[in-house]
Amino acid sequence: MADIVLDHITKRYPDGTVAADDINIEIADGEFIILVGPSGCGKSTALNMIAGLEDISEGELRIGGERMNERAPKDRDIAMVFQSYALYPHMTVRENMGFPLKIAKVDKAEINRKVEEAATILDLTQHLDRKPANMSGGQRQRVAMGRAIVRSPKAFLMDEPLSNLDAKLRVQMRTMVSKLQQRLETTTVYVTHDQTEAMTLGDRIVVMRGGIVQQVGSPQTLYDTPANLFVAGFIGSPAMNFLPAKLEDGTFRTSLGDLALGDELRRRLEEANVAREVIVGIRPEHFEDAALVEEHQLARGSVFTALVDVLESMGSDKFAYFSIEGEQAMSDDLADLAADAGTADVPGGDTATLVTRLSATSGVREGERTEVWVDTAKIQVFEPSSGKNLTSGTGAATAEETVRA
Amino acid sequence: MATTTGDPRARVWWGVAGLVVVLYALIPVLWILSLSFKTTDTITDGNFIPRSWTLDNYAQIFSLDIFTSALRNSIGISIIATVLAVVIGTMAAYAIARLDFPGKKILVGVSLLIAMFPQVSLVSPLFDIERAVGLFDTWPGLILPYITFALPLAIYTLSAFFREIPWELEKAAKMDGATPLQAFRSVIVPLAAPGVFTTAILVFIFCWNDFLFAISLTSTQRSQTATVAIANFTGASQFAEPTGSIAAAAVLLTIPIIIFVLLFQRRIVAGLTSGAVKG
Repeated sequence: MADIVLDHITKRYPDGTVAADDINIEIADGEFIILVGPSGCGKSTALNMIAGLEDISEGELRIGGERMNERAPKDRDIAMVFQSYALYPHMTVRENMGFPLKIAKVDKAEINRKVEEAATILDLTQHLDRKPANMSGGQRQRVAMGRAIVRSPKAFLMDEPLSNLDAKLRVQMRTMVSKLQQRLETTTVYVTHDQTEAMTLGDRIVVMRGGIVQQVGSPQTLYDTPANLFVAGFIGSPAMNFLPAKLEDGTFRTSLGDLALGDELRRRLEEANVAREVIVGIRPEHFEDAALVEEHQLARGSVFTALVDVLESMGSDKFAYFSIEGEQAMSDDLADLAADAGTADVPGGDTATLVTRLSATSGVREGERTEVWVDTAKIQVFEPSSGKNLTSGTGAATAEETVRA
Repeated sequence: MATTTGDPRARVWWGVAGLVVVLYALIPVLWILSLSFKTTDTITDGNFIPRSWTLDNYAQIFSLDIFTSALRNSIGISIIATVLAVVIGTMAAYAIARLDFPGKKILVGVSLLIAMFPQVSLVSPLFDIERAVGLFDTWPGLILPYITFALPLAIYTLSAFFREIPWELEKAAKMDGATPLQAFRSVIVPLAAPGVFTTAILVFIFCWNDFLFAISLTSTQRSQTATVAIANFTGASQFAEPTGSIAAAAVLLTIPIIIFVLLFQRRIVAGLTSGAVKG
């Protein structure tokens, strides 16, 4: 077990492409850290550099205090789980899991003991003599995990280990990975493009985009105080709603109507000396059916009326989708997010869609105009050009959060 | 297969077609076999099944010094050439499939060029070169051109196999603590085994059957191979055709290949098909 330090690490390819730009992360001993971002954001490159499968162009990588830049993967004492599992097809499960030990010249009895032990943890005991080709996806995935844990390495690296499983199994395995990590207390670096996995598994999350670290923090920190538009849009499902707004006379003029600023927010925006054009971000759960909101709360927010386009009842909640006339919020960050989610090509015209999460007891119906209340205290305000969060700028950002825009 | 199992008439037709192909290929072989068992008097009688059987032809060729030494040369030269071509080819194919190095396209192109070059046009220059450097009529004098012409074949077949092996397996082996050589030996080679066997057999058959180089680049029993020896057979008298001996020798020459192929039959089939899909 050991801590991992990425000290100003940069990856530059011979053709000049920068895949990872000045990454600074300190991963504590036993911590479970997630690298998350859309494809091509440099998260896998970062993982491969920790693994030693790719060279580090600049900066220093330290594991357990020792410089690792020049060491071959085999000398770093870390194990990796691959997206494709990369099991050796000509070996049985037992041989697959024992392979790292065999290479390390551990004696046979000891190999057997450790393999059996790992197999018990992973519930693979009865499959030990099968070949990977005859196993299901979930079983193969467990074998891959087994091969990583038998050696008791200093750290685990996982490259989208669950993305080849179907949805239900993925949730199960997610819990298993989490339990396993708690039990073994081994430093783990986990790469995923799935924000749900990131939120549920990690002690801390590193959000990356275009090779640059956007924000590092606990799942709750990222959710409550995203450093910029990109993080705000990436974390959370359904995603945060973004609307262009004009700041005038202490209110936001938006296509939803005027949203009053709370005192707290106004004070902070004044401190930050904000321009008049901004983008406001509101999470779906910060809306509520106005009919269900109590009097004293109503005053804290704003109410607008809009037509319910689609209503999805999830049982526990209702998701109401509204079409909002007027411009959509425009920014590089949001364009990137849309491209990643594939929604950039979805025909929608000029109307923005607003997603709201209402209480299950709400009586809203599709095709009817409804009064909706917004909790304006929870609104996040972003600068359109840089994407920077203006709300969390001074007060909320803590020392551990690195922000580079 | 699904279409043929359902309809009995289609099955009959497939059976007939298969039989025709097999007969077409096998009758000349059986004819040679029959000739090799005939006595000198009956050899031209045109009967498919010999009227009088004899093993004289076989006894006779083994009594000839020229044939036993040629057989030794053939076995030695073919095996050495095959082993070297497969080892070099495996490494070259691995590099071509896995690495990006300057001149890779040229290397592949040149090896293809060698495969396409008519060998007969190279015989005279090779003859001159080998005479000049003292390789003429030696084992290396045949092994070298065999390796040269077998390598393109080996590289092409093997790189198709290597390309099918996921790269992540190697990365996994590295992460598991293996050196590149250990990864290659314990992960890549076992997976490429069908390809290696297929290549070995194809190369062996090529060397074993070669006549052109063997007759041009050898002159004595020191290095003449079996194919050349057969051509040099003489009859009992100047006017007798050595047909029986030639037939017997030809039959003997096919035996090692048949054994080789039978031993690795399953691997070859797997090898040929998987090579075909992505090759």
